[in-house]
Amino acid sequence: MKTWLMILFLTLLPATVLAADKSFTNPEERDFSSHYHEGDTEPGKGERDQKYAGDAQAAAQENFGIQPIHDNEIFAVFRGDRLEYQTKEGEDILLWDVQAWVGEDYNKLWFKSEGAWLTHEEKFEGAEVELLYSRNIATFWDLQLGIRHDFRPEPSRTFAALGVQGLAPYWFEVETTGYISEDGDVSANLEAEYDLLLSQRLILQPRFQTHIAIQEVEEYGVGQGINDIVLGLRLRYEIRREFAPYVGLSWSRKLGETADLAEAEGQDIDAFSFVIGIKVWF
Amino acid sequence: MSSIKDISRRDFIKATGAGLFLAGLHCTLPLPAWAFTANTGIKPTAPKSRYDLTIGYSPIRIDGRKATATGINGTVPGPLVHLREGDDVILNVTNRLMDTEHASIHWHGILVPFRMDGVPGVNFRGIPPGDTYEYRYRVKQAGSYWYHSHSRFQEQTGAYGPLIIDPKDGDPFDYDRDYPVVLSDWSFEDPETIFRHVNLMDHYYNFQRRTLWDFFGDVSKRGFKDTVGERMAWGKMRMSPVDLADVTNYTYTYLMNGHSPTMNWTGIFNPGEKIRLRFINASSTTNYDVRIPGLNMEVVMADGKAVRPVTVHEFRIGVAETYDVLVRPTRDQAFTIFAESLDRSGYARGTLAPEPGMEGPVPELRPRPVRQLEDIGMGGMVHGGMAGMNHDKMGHGNKMREHDPRIPGPKGPTPFKPDKGNPNVAMVIMNPKYLLDNPGLGLGGDGWRVLTYEDLVSTEPQPYSTTVDREMTINITANMERYMFSFDGKKFSEHPGPYLFHHNERLRLFLVNHTMMEHPIHLHGMWMQLENGASKPPFKHTILTKPGEVLSVLITPIEKGDWAFHCHLLYHMEAGMFQVVRVA
Repeated sequence: MKTWLMILFLTLLPATVLAADKSFTNPEERDFSSHYHEGDTEPGKGERDQKYAGDAQAAAQENFGIQPIHDNEIFAVFRGDRLEYQTKEGEDILLWDVQAWVGEDYNKLWFKSEGAWLTHEEKFEGAEVELLYSRNIATFWDLQLGIRHDFRPEPSRTFAALGVQGLAPYWFEVETTGYISEDGDVSANLEAEYDLLLSQRLILQPRFQTHIAIQEVEEYGVGQGINDIVLGLRLRYEIRREFAPYVGLSWSRKLGETADLAEAEGQDIDAFSFVIGIKVWF
Repeated sequence: MSSIKDISRRDFIKATGAGLFLAGLHCTLPLPAWAFTANTGIKPTAPKSRYDLTIGYSPIRIDGRKATATGINGTVPGPLVHLREGDDVILNVTNRLMDTEHASIHWHGILVPFRMDGVPGVNFRGIPPGDTYEYRYRVKQAGSYWYHSHSRFQEQTGAYGPLIIDPKDGDPFDYDRDYPVVLSDWSFEDPETIFRHVNLMDHYYNFQRRTLWDFFGDVSKRGFKDTVGERMAWGKMRMSPVDLADVTNYTYTYLMNGHSPTMNWTGIFNPGEKIRLRFINASSTTNYDVRIPGLNMEVVMADGKAVRPVTVHEFRIGVAETYDVLVRPTRDQAFTIFAESLDRSGYARGTLAPEPGMEGPVPELRPRPVRQLEDIGMGGMVHGGMAGMNHDKMGHGNKMREHDPRIPGPKGPTPFKPDKGNPNVAMVIMNPKYLLDNPGLGLGGDGWRVLTYEDLVSTEPQPYSTTVDREMTINITANMERYMFSFDGKKFSEHPGPYLFHHNERLRLFLVNHTMMEHPIHLHGMWMQLENGASKPPFKHTILTKPGEVLSVLITPIEKGDWAFHCHLLYHMEAGMFQVVRVA
């Protein structure tokens, strides 16, 4: 029962994020003043007011074979949101969290990769890539659909991914994605970030991340329920908008069954680290 | 993508060889004669009826730094095009930008047959590299106007200049000297790069955002509850109250007649003379607030058309607007012409002086203003949620609200009901306000008189019918976060077709600004008469609309054809705030 409820929750996760985002553009929720009218008739004639020319073209209007404005330009960007060195007691980590996309206002192809390199053991703790088709579905939100592949931990796995990414009310950058692995295991990832300006260039960024799983997948140390939470606080200085070195703190805690599995393996269930890194985009 | 910085040297030399730097020969700077510093004004130069204009890559030097501009006849700004009312004129425009798709010149504010209006893809196919297009029309008006390229971002890189027309029957006022004052904004960045930056990060150039310390400052001033309420209201909408200009002094050098503030363009006068200053805002994105400390300015023309003289100390000039003012310095001293950008990040500056080399004191920039929720009719959001969102309050369906009698028409604007979640529309203003009596954000509190649109009363003949045949509403919409700009929630390429105006009808057009920014809205090919309560409403070609504002204009479309209608902030236009109007 609990499992099914959680599956339901995860499938609806993108929808709940959107539902929580009350629109400021829905006139039904707002009070029109009395002098508004539908305005679909010409004064005194009773005929439907024609706003557009009747011989309109279906596509972007152009005369003489030229389109005057190209308002759906394709851009491409690479974003290294977190490229950082984390110092933990006895175990340092090089972490990357990067995204790149190419596309126009509505449709984008999105690439994401996240992972960690253990500097002492000289091996990857995790290494995942995602390739997503992203579609603008609401004023501030993109729906993303695609695949994720984990090269690490081994053996590697592939997932189907469905998520939403965008800007929540009060300026929270939110990214939430549900996954189904090739073995049918269902999980989800939620990330939220906020920029607090200490000055025009000195910016404090709290960050929250959590992983949730429906089924226990013991092989990967994944328990049922909330796996972990990761809290971060990064202070960056934007030398340019595109280049900002930062220092910060990161604290993570494994929870529930996931914590039990980790303890059974003799691992720590919580970790605290200092981070130093750069945030770049170009 | 073509970079203005890496044009081929060969093209440049070719252009030079063709003898295109006629005006530049007289000066170390690539400037036209009318814009030289310490010149004595354009009076009494004679109008001509034929001009040859060549758009080409030309060197520009701003504060000692060199770059390549898309100059006209080798200069930025371009040459003065000086015409006479009633003349049949021929303007040959040649495109020497060999790596472009096309170039063009649009005669801003001039009533011409639609094939002469110069918007590629609307009026003609543009001027391909190497080609010349002959513009031919009869000049039916007088006053101060300007011209600029309507092809991509050529305007940002220098393809603009003043256009003045002498009246057939003489000016309605006297003056001793005559100076065009062309305000513009220059960037050493490629405009394609600027466009990319603002698309990827809307606040890329804004270094005046509110910080944590501003929050504490507001708490001590306004109290904790109000401050948090205000921050929450803006945060909920994902709007910024300090998003005043997309592109700022971070990349711009603000220019007056092609001169940076340190280069200090100077106009000469003899004390006691009456000087006509023709302010022309040829910027790509900068709205300016203009004043001359120590002098009263008598506004005598707006957008080239005569208005009842009104004396002010400051006026806001939206992008593409023009104002003619008369000043009369009686003392033997220098006066600073100070044009602050709306966001207060920088200024353009020049000097009026009895002798070259004199300088007046340059004022400090005023603090960057903050928009108030009340400005967009959302003041109720601070205390307990949004006024009007509460369904209980609505009671019996429609709560009766007073119709502001200053908003014309029996019914006012048609309400805007976009599809829910339309990414083009981040906000809908449910109760747009009449704001023509408001000088604009950050103005009016300095203890001096600032021009408002209500001050403009036409003194021109009123040739058009006074009976309104039809009403139409156009909503100005945007999603700043995604850098999408549109009309009626549709970018240019998403409209099903052109807006339809009927030939010679009298149309009342409501413009409702549902965004958080000022937009200078420009209609080609016909006048908009602003309904500001005056019995003779002023003629405008460009109207700076304020956030949350509704205004109406009366239009008589006198020429059949397709016409451009757009926001004159260059990057908003290219992002979709553009439409074609078909007069049929």
